[in-house]
Amino acid sequence: MKGYLGFAIRKISAAAITIFAVICVNFVIFRLVPGDPVRLLFSDPRASAAQIREMRERFGLDRPLFEQFLAYLRQLFLHGDMGMSFVHRRPVMEVIMGRVPQTLLLVLTALFIAVIVGTLLGALAGWRTGTRFDATVVSFSLAMYSIPTFALGIILLLVFALILGWFPLGGMYSVELSLTGWAHLRDVAWHLVLPAGSVVLWYIGEYVILTRSAMQDVLDQDYITAARAKGLKESVVLGRHALRNAILPVVTVTGMNIAFAVAGIIQAETVFRWPGIGRLMYESVVRRDYPVLQGLFVIFAVAVVLANLIVDLIYGYIDPRIKVGGQG
Amino acid sequence: MSSLVRELERLKENFGLILRHRMGLVGVVVLVFFGVIAIFAPYLRTVDPARTGLAINVLKPPSSEFWFGTDHLARDIWSQTIYGTRIALTVGFFAAGVTVFIGTLIGLLGGYFGGRFEEVLMRIVDFFMLLPSLPLMIILAALLGPSIWNIVLVIGITYWPWTARVIRSQVLSIKERAFVEASRSIGAGDPLLIFGEIMPNVVPLIFAQVILLVTEAIYAEAVLAFLGLGDPRTISWGMMLNFAFESGVLHRKLYWVIPPLTCIVVLIVSLTFLGTAISDILKPGYREARGL
Repeated sequence: MKGYLGFAIRKISAAAITIFAVICVNFVIFRLVPGDPVRLLFSDPRASAAQIREMRERFGLDRPLFEQFLAYLRQLFLHGDMGMSFVHRRPVMEVIMGRVPQTLLLVLTALFIAVIVGTLLGALAGWRTGTRFDATVVSFSLAMYSIPTFALGIILLLVFALILGWFPLGGMYSVELSLTGWAHLRDVAWHLVLPAGSVVLWYIGEYVILTRSAMQDVLDQDYITAARAKGLKESVVLGRHALRNAILPVVTVTGMNIAFAVAGIIQAETVFRWPGIGRLMYESVVRRDYPVLQGLFVIFAVAVVLANLIVDLIYGYIDPRIKVGGQG
Repeated sequence: MSSLVRELERLKENFGLILRHRMGLVGVVVLVFFGVIAIFAPYLRTVDPARTGLAINVLKPPSSEFWFGTDHLARDIWSQTIYGTRIALTVGFFAAGVTVFIGTLIGLLGGYFGGRFEEVLMRIVDFFMLLPSLPLMIILAALLGPSIWNIVLVIGITYWPWTARVIRSQVLSIKERAFVEASRSIGAGDPLLIFGEIMPNVVPLIFAQVILLVTEAIYAEAVLAFLGLGDPRTISWGMMLNFAFESGVLHRKLYWVIPPLTCIVVLIVSLTFLGTAISDILKPGYREARGL
């Protein structure tokens, strides 16, 4: 247990340093490129004189760059302050946090379905390597994995919303119906199907390819041969011996997937007008709401770092070899 | 230099293997198809794809005059689709070029020199790999302003760490081999060892990286353009979809949506197949397994 504590502390401090670096990079990006958000704020017709004065004060915008940097850190760490949205005229943090729950609903639903379906399909394909079933699953997964999520979303939209009319064209609930209670939840779930579906299809590809190759590795191991030699049924060998060991890499990838999911979420939410932070990013690009863009970049990066940290901690706990490896 | 010639010879052999790989064949055929369209675009188009037409020609369905119909500014969708091929491939190959250049250079130097230098480089690489790539690209593209060269640059900035990592690990194993040691012992300096002895041996890997990066770059351009960050002077497929989406007729004007959507999907999926074929072929034991 002592070894694990040291491992955990190492991982956590590395993550903290990375987050700090992200915050620095965020400051630098927005100051170095031609479109400086400070100057943008002053030239933005939507900002009032009082707002500009207040921002100037809070972020020390008329002082040297280094003092601005300190002011930026102070505001962010002490007050969670990332400035004011040009469009919403509310603090950036408030605007973003108002959109987080919707995104979590979408991501977690999609991830849950994709892990189960993808792992099973991949395990079966690995179990039956070289068969027609395997070839079909692999090319389907590759295709789903490579098609941009926005294109996949548009295809789902055209087929299931437009042609078949099974699902709504977008949004999170039927505004005109003003439903409550169970009816409202059912309505949200109905709106969730297509955006979640486009993220799921993309995710599944990754899980299939991963579990398939893990399965192939596991099947070469002696204990599988031994299990078969004992005369166990194939289904028992698959379920009790092979799948359990092939599942380890799935844990790692789930953490990294949350990072890569960011791209899919932005696209799916945009296409289906799902009111989460991905759609917020699109809206902020269209309306050039730089303070919100800046805030979103930090939020996404921090989410990625934390997801990776959690996976590292879980993985280190499950698999003791990682800790012995030192650096992990 | 003779080792470079040898590597090129092997590349030619590998190309034969790609054509015999089912996914590889699909990839090559589709890439050649789009390549031909891109090269002959000026002869294939009917009108200037960016020229806005008369108000009576707005959102016209396909006809003998407008083969694929017209968009909300009465521009010809057929000509836009044809020119979109040019933009996709241009951005794809240039961005892959920039990325491979930065990534290979850093991977070679890091892997070759090792020590503290390498450690610092790899820390930077790891950090960049952790940044969520789409938000990074969106922010850079929004700040740098809409132009396809900015998009090329943004893609390069975002993807070089992946190439650097791959190249570095290959360099680590190559630099220990006997022929590098032999060259060193007869007095070859660092530049000659890096670019004359080691680099030719990572050529097949660079080649595999290029196809992978072209795919990523075409993907990234399509997404950025769809999100409204494209160059308004050059209408790409992603942008056509953005126009249709923003005009709110995405689901009503199928003739506007289907051509760019089909092109994006077909090109990206076949490039992914080609990439898979190449990585299959580069796996040790591929030839032996097929008795070649």
